[in-house]
Amino acid sequence: MANMNLVLNVWRQKSANAPGQFVRYEAKGISDHMSFLEMLDVVNEQLIERGEDPIAFDHDCREGICGACSLMINGQAHGPRQQTTTCQLHMRSFKDGDELTIEPWRAAAFPVLRDLIVDRSSFDRIIQAGGYISVRTGAPRDANEILVPKTDADESMDAAACIGCGACVAACPNASASLFTAAKLGHLGLLPQGQPERMARTRNMVSQMDREGFGHCTNHGECEHACPKGISVAFIARMNRDYLKAMATQPVERDNDDG
Amino acid sequence: MQKALTLLDTTVGKKAVMALTGLVWFGFLVGHMLGNLQVFLGPEKLNAYAQGLKALGPLLWGARLTLAAALLLHVWAAFSLVGRSVAARGQPYRVKKNPATTYAALTMRLSGPLIMLFLLYHLAHFTIPGVAMSSSYTHDHNDVYANVIHGFSVPWVAALYVLAQLALGLHLFHGAWSALQTFGLSHPRYNVLRRHAAQGIAGLIVLGNLTIVIAVQAGLIK
Repeated sequence: MANMNLVLNVWRQKSANAPGQFVRYEAKGISDHMSFLEMLDVVNEQLIERGEDPIAFDHDCREGICGACSLMINGQAHGPRQQTTTCQLHMRSFKDGDELTIEPWRAAAFPVLRDLIVDRSSFDRIIQAGGYISVRTGAPRDANEILVPKTDADESMDAAACIGCGACVAACPNASASLFTAAKLGHLGLLPQGQPERMARTRNMVSQMDREGFGHCTNHGECEHACPKGISVAFIARMNRDYLKAMATQPVERDNDDG
Repeated sequence: MQKALTLLDTTVGKKAVMALTGLVWFGFLVGHMLGNLQVFLGPEKLNAYAQGLKALGPLLWGARLTLAAALLLHVWAAFSLVGRSVAARGQPYRVKKNPATTYAALTMRLSGPLIMLFLLYHLAHFTIPGVAMSSSYTHDHNDVYANVIHGFSVPWVAALYVLAQLALGLHLFHGAWSALQTFGLSHPRYNVLRRHAAQGIAGLIVLGNLTIVIAVQAGLIK
């Protein structure tokens, strides 16, 4: 088991409105079997022993499925490995003596709450604007009653892999939430159950995305590269196509748009 | 629930304006290059082509006004979106890597204004007598062929055109690929081809234009 010593430059910020700055820490005796978050846990234990405030960072499942962990590591969302969340990133991706800069996601729509934790409720509001289907309740229906072509089901599942972590926004040079919004739209818009509200959903979710203050998509493809689930920018093309179609056919809300 | 934004208030709508007006100019550039390549057919052909364009009268002015309107809308969309993009990031990163994107994509905000400046210079070069022609030659509205030869025989002018074409090539490559995304023209079977198609058409326009400048400098056409 190889141990390494690292230097960390970590963004520290007491609260949402307080000014922040980078603070230099030494992480000594880090095992290369540790995950990136376990490495931060070790640093925090040392900080607590010294009577200092531990570094605040988001985490939950620590197995790459919840979307809570974030961190911009040396200029890359979730660090240098593709299709990997920060919690799945192992310290063997780094070497002894490395100097790491750890920053929170930077976007006006993701304000910093404390240290490395940002408020991602703007994503929740995009979902609230249309990221659902309306279903009447009643007697249970037969399984497989609605047929779904295999290719559509597969593509929809590719989009549904989105865990809403916000790496796409963090990596985008324009801080655009296009990949997130497009993934949610593609997930529902490819399935038969998503069809009745498809146009209204697209129009409303795109509107909410823009209202939150995210940037526009300039097709750099940084989002796809940073996405821990490898979601394709083809979904953004699909969102744009559906949005232009929606504005041509249903530019204003109708009474039955309860979305 | 708030009302949905109107088309031009959304970033997707503004991008559609950007893509549509960009395509108008794309069409113009293809025609402009093909028309000008007639310089290789000799003075009579090129000058007759120029006379033919002038004879179009109102149609020509219609095309000019369409291009001017498209340019204004393109610039409006650019300013509106770039301002948004800067505000959307807020505090910049201390370290930021962009492993996926291209040089062309990252420099759109630079190549755009450069092409605009070049366009103004290019218009002045071939319409206002006395702008950057070889010495002892005076601009002649009826002899397009001679204007081209004398205009491009000045070395620094030729160099300027070559540089401008490179900026144009970068802008067109990312613009073409980006427009396909904006219009949602995406299909798993053809997505690999989209980048090549964008590179190909941008490359053809640039190469076509450059052959004229290079041919004059090399003395292949006189």
